Amino acid sequence: MTTESIATINQEESLSYRRVFMLILKRDLTIALRHRDDVFNPILFFIIVVTLFPLSIGPESNTLARIAPGVIWVAAVLSTLLSLDRLFKSDHADGSLEQLLLSPYPTFVIVQAKIIAHWLLTGVPLIFIAPVLALLLNLNQNAYGVLMLTLFIGTPVLSFIGAIGVALTVGIKKGGVLLSLLVLPLYIPLLIFATSAIDTATMNLPYGGQIAIIAALFFGAFSLSPFAIGAALRVSTN
Amino acid sequence: MWKWLHPYANPEVTYHFNNKLIPWFLRLSVAFLGIGIVWALLFAPADYQQGNSFRIFYLHVPAASLSLGIYVGMAIAALVSLVWQVRLAEASVASIAPVGAVFTAMALITGAAWGRPTWGTWWIWDARLTTELILLFLYLGVIALQNAFEDKALASKAASILALVGVINVPIIKYSVEWWNTLHQGSTVSQLGRPSMTADMFWPFLVCFIGFIFLVSWLVCRRFQTEILQRNAMRPWVRELVMKEGAK
Amino acid sequence: MLSAEGLTCIREERILFDDLNFEIAPGEIVQIEGPNGAGKTSLLRILAGLSQPYEGCVRFEGKKILANREWYNSQLLYIGHTAGVKGEMTAQENLAFNLALHGLDASLAEETLAKVNLYGFEDALASHLSAGQHRRIALAQLWQSKAKLWILDEPFTAIDKKGVKTLEQLLLAHANNGGIVVLTTHQDLHIADDLYRKIALAYRFV
Repeated sequence: MTTESIATINQEESLSYRRVFMLILKRDLTIALRHRDDVFNPILFFIIVVTLFPLSIGPESNTLARIAPGVIWVAAVLSTLLSLDRLFKSDHADGSLEQLLLSPYPTFVIVQAKIIAHWLLTGVPLIFIAPVLALLLNLNQNAYGVLMLTLFIGTPVLSFIGAIGVALTVGIKKGGVLLSLLVLPLYIPLLIFATSAIDTATMNLPYGGQIAIIAALFFGAFSLSPFAIGAALRVSTN
Repeated sequence: MWKWLHPYANPEVTYHFNNKLIPWFLRLSVAFLGIGIVWALLFAPADYQQGNSFRIFYLHVPAASLSLGIYVGMAIAALVSLVWQVRLAEASVASIAPVGAVFTAMALITGAAWGRPTWGTWWIWDARLTTELILLFLYLGVIALQNAFEDKALASKAASILALVGVINVPIIKYSVEWWNTLHQGSTVSQLGRPSMTADMFWPFLVCFIGFIFLVSWLVCRRFQTEILQRNAMRPWVRELVMKEGAK
Repeated sequence: MLSAEGLTCIREERILFDDLNFEIAPGEIVQIEGPNGAGKTSLLRILAGLSQPYEGCVRFEGKKILANREWYNSQLLYIGHTAGVKGEMTAQENLAFNLALHGLDASLAEETLAKVNLYGFEDALASHLSAGQHRRIALAQLWQSKAKLWILDEPFTAIDKKGVKTLEQLLLAHANNGGIVVLTTHQDLHIADDLYRKIALAYRFV
């Protein structure tokens, strides 16, 4: 192969990465939007779980304000877990997952596109509903922006790491509970730093360090997890 | 350089080699642990601060260190199985996981037992114990995933991927829990840290540690034999073996 | 040139086939035949690169397929048991997506649907269509595919007689152009015996 032809192939490839990313993104968004329940139920779950806490702990505003960051983040984690199922399950059942794995395009781009599509409909609504719920929990005024920021950077991490668990369990019947066992320990660092950032903001102290670590977790998950997910998908479709 | 390892990729060769190793591991572990535990519990000096309850340190620290070391060992086996497609490495991931889980549980129980006389409570959210708890969940996840597949080869491939993802996360989890602990430090300084050891504490500790390593090796090798037989059940050499053992 | 070297497949501790070797040259149509449970689908999946064999390797044009996945995928079209059709999308959207996923022109979807007798159904949601229609949407890719190697697992299922004939003509044309077709089917092929060969897998009780 001459250097010229290699150059043209590389050019075509870099154009096609974007093309296949948009192709998969559009397809997944179309499918999800035609299945409204899948999208709304996790959001309703998020809201209900948060309201359970004042009901079970008591409406004393200082207590609620103290636990607000943790409660909102744990509810976000649980609601993401619920919604992860739709990431690969229906594709696995009707055979389209195999076709995606047999595409001439690299698997990691396809996986990234699917997960971003999932996050757009699952994570993004959480970012906008969380401040309303924080109001119910009496969160300190200083912390609203940070809450949304941690959710903005953190919910994609939840989707990417969760996708590893889904990819491993998609072929197993009743894999839903197993998914929680596999994925929740991996969420713990994110949970620790996100809630700490919000707590620190409440006290009007700088929280840049925690945000930087969450951002690092995001970049790590975004770039590395697609390879684990691809390998896991191949095991599940074996 | 690794040529001498090649014959051991054959399950039959490894099975017979393992059979020779197993009695030695058992003898060495009984010897070292027998000496070590008696020395640690009866003859080593009591700690001047914590008194005799400190003796559980001889069990707790080896268990905790080994639980982490075993996970790394499992991850290395997982890497070998995924990258070089070595079937025996897949079997070893399945053999190692439960042993690691048991040692993690042991570290947690001995940690709690140490905590009771020292701080008055059975559980304390100190960095080490919390990390051990999360490590236990990681082990249980690998074991559960392994058992969820019907086909053993696929089960091990999935478990290997999970083990590798876990091993990358273990340092992240460890440092984030330590950091979390410094944030929420209670009024009592609750550290399961190793105090400075004098020579007459160090030697029983070392003997116990080596004894535990042999114990782990024995347990893993025993399980490994079972896994090899299960995965190669359809091969003629296993059938011959079953016939021979059955005839006895 | 597709070659299988020493393929061994073990599923749930049962050996399906052991040390299987064969070569398929360009222009050949090969039918993998055998009773149910003999491992036909497993063999096709191994040839497609979806499953990993216990031992052995598959080479296409001399290169190992598992080491050159993206290149091999561009040379391959695999249509398995499940049609790969999403119920939430229309027939045309499904075909357009499948074409685009393999690097083909998605705008040809409408006319290709006409070729498989789905003219008029382009905007019907796939969940309203029958299994046979799903299979036709999946098979429609064959009319546009530029892949050299076609691996088809029971392509004639739920297809009517006229459709079967059209499909057989298409397979013959593909082979004549130097392509390879590997398929399994329970039905008799109406192709002359000298134009295709069979590879038989026996059911192993041990």
